[in-house]
Amino acid sequence: MLLQIIVAGIAQGCVYGLVALGFVLIYKATETVNFAQGELMMLGAFFALAGMGILGLPFWLASLLAVAAMGLVGLAIERAVIRPVLGQPAFSIVMLTFGLGYLARGSVTMVPGIGTDTHALAVPYKGVTLNAGGVVLSAEQMVIIGCTAVLCLLLWAVFRFTRIGIAMQASSQNQLAAYYMGIPVQRLNGLVWGLAAAVATIAGILLAPFTFVHANMGFIGLKAFPAAIVGGFSSLPGAIVGGVVIGLVESLSGFYLPEGFKDVMPYVVVLVMLTIKPTGLFGERVRKKV
Amino acid sequence: MRFIFKTSYDQDINLARHNGQRLWYGLLGLVALAAPWVLPEYWLAQLTFIYIYATVGVGLMLLAGFTGQFSIGHAAFMGVGAYAEAYLAARGWPFPLAMATSVALSGAVGVVVGLPALRVKGLYLGIATLSFGFIVEEIMARWESVTGGSAGRAVVAPAIGDWKVNSSEGFYLLCLVCVALSTLLVMNLLRSPTGRAFVAMRDSEISAQSMGITLSVYKSMSFAISAALAGLGGALYAHKMQFISPEQFSIVQSIDLLLMVVVGGLGSVHGAFLGAAFLIGMPQLISLGKDFLPPVIGQAAGLQGVVYGVILIAFVMLEPMGIYGRWLKVRTWLELYPFYRRGMFKRQKTFQKSDRLK
Repeated sequence: MLLQIIVAGIAQGCVYGLVALGFVLIYKATETVNFAQGELMMLGAFFALAGMGILGLPFWLASLLAVAAMGLVGLAIERAVIRPVLGQPAFSIVMLTFGLGYLARGSVTMVPGIGTDTHALAVPYKGVTLNAGGVVLSAEQMVIIGCTAVLCLLLWAVFRFTRIGIAMQASSQNQLAAYYMGIPVQRLNGLVWGLAAAVATIAGILLAPFTFVHANMGFIGLKAFPAAIVGGFSSLPGAIVGGVVIGLVESLSGFYLPEGFKDVMPYVVVLVMLTIKPTGLFGERVRKKV
Repeated sequence: MRFIFKTSYDQDINLARHNGQRLWYGLLGLVALAAPWVLPEYWLAQLTFIYIYATVGVGLMLLAGFTGQFSIGHAAFMGVGAYAEAYLAARGWPFPLAMATSVALSGAVGVVVGLPALRVKGLYLGIATLSFGFIVEEIMARWESVTGGSAGRAVVAPAIGDWKVNSSEGFYLLCLVCVALSTLLVMNLLRSPTGRAFVAMRDSEISAQSMGITLSVYKSMSFAISAALAGLGGALYAHKMQFISPEQFSIVQSIDLLLMVVVGGLGSVHGAFLGAAFLIGMPQLISLGKDFLPPVIGQAAGLQGVVYGVILIAFVMLEPMGIYGRWLKVRTWLELYPFYRRGMFKRQKTFQKSDRLK
């Protein structure tokens, strides 16, 4: 029983971690906190739904298509609204992403017949359970954990071995120096937004069997903030670890503590974390030089 | 174009710069006082809501616009004020006392929430206040003996003993007094050393600190005052709605409040009022516009979200100073006609403003 709760927590945490990964990617690249990350996830899930429902594609193809399409959406958002306002106070950019969130939620709701309903994404592994040594594990959870692990490996490889990944690392450490070295920083920022949107889409598709697909599923993105903070806002592995921690805290408190604590515990953990160690588990300490 | 001949230093900090301002704000006050006898019931109610939101907005403006600390959980302070007022009013406390208590209570909560602000800033502070907002919302939904839980609770009219303020005109005047007092409070604060310290902190914490400003004291103070004003707004809101439930004080409300100060114009007290008028007037405009749109768009549920999103994005991109900033430009254009230049309000780009290690 305990093992099942832990697995469920880890699976939920992986989704938080993936959304948090998007925040961290964008934050490292453009120092922007993207409050619309959850909405990107929601849009991605709807894209997959449209791919399966309207185009009649099989699940895997529809998912791939949705990820690619959302990557383009991310690029477009960066080019159209984020790039012109870079350099303005962080607060204005945060408000801009709130606006993007409003816009995404509103426009999905406006699609007649689809937007206001709750949909089930017909995943091929739905309802399959694995029985490993007396522990019943559902395939949905195992898929989430597996996909997250693969995605992390992939991202790690990209950032470690490819030219573009190393360029991204360089520009996130010091934009100006990277610019002097001939790295096209602006184009990279666009790519980072695309990457973040694609990761969010994967999170949305993975989450779909649990929460269904609806216009307000983006609010789960707000739980990814605790994940990002716990992990340290500037660390990619930290985002996943933070997500798992938050997922575990949530599912364990849902089991052991009275009703109502489940939704609040992640935020309590964040407040505790912020008062004890504001930089998070893996964050680097930043001091401003005058 | 008006040139002011200054003959004393006090003229620099006077609330009204010149007689023209005295005249216009005096007229505005008279119109506001006369409104209950002129306006029909419905518009009076809308105006009351504008005052209530302006009370909260002035507080949030002090925090976000003048101290540079932004709070994504401000609706929670409203909620604390609203529930405290509802509880105390139901126990028969006279309303000035009940309101003072709920304002003090939300101010105290504001100090507690301000504590993380002493260690963290910027984005981290935003998330701390966001977390606090969620926690308060959950408490409001669970503490059923006081709050009535998710089902909500009814709020009685403000009363002192047997004398009740249950006419909408009376309540309008009460709100007018509250909003005028809180605006005067904030305006007065801003021209005092405390207000100057707030602004200095917004512009650069390090330089403020090096000029002898104790950051922790002033940050807590800013949070306390802002939360207290939000609590006052919440108390009025509770009486106006006559029914409160936790989802009225959720994250959506907090974002609406932020939208209000950003659209109104960050860093100006006028902006809080203009933003409040925007927040109350916009749904009316949208419902008016619905009749002209094709039904597929006009009747869709998400129209309001789309309009808000587009307006917010447009303001941040094109007019970061908000409605008040636009008015300043128009006024300067009129005053200087025909000598207005396009570049007069040009923003300085601050590419170097980075929190990163350099």
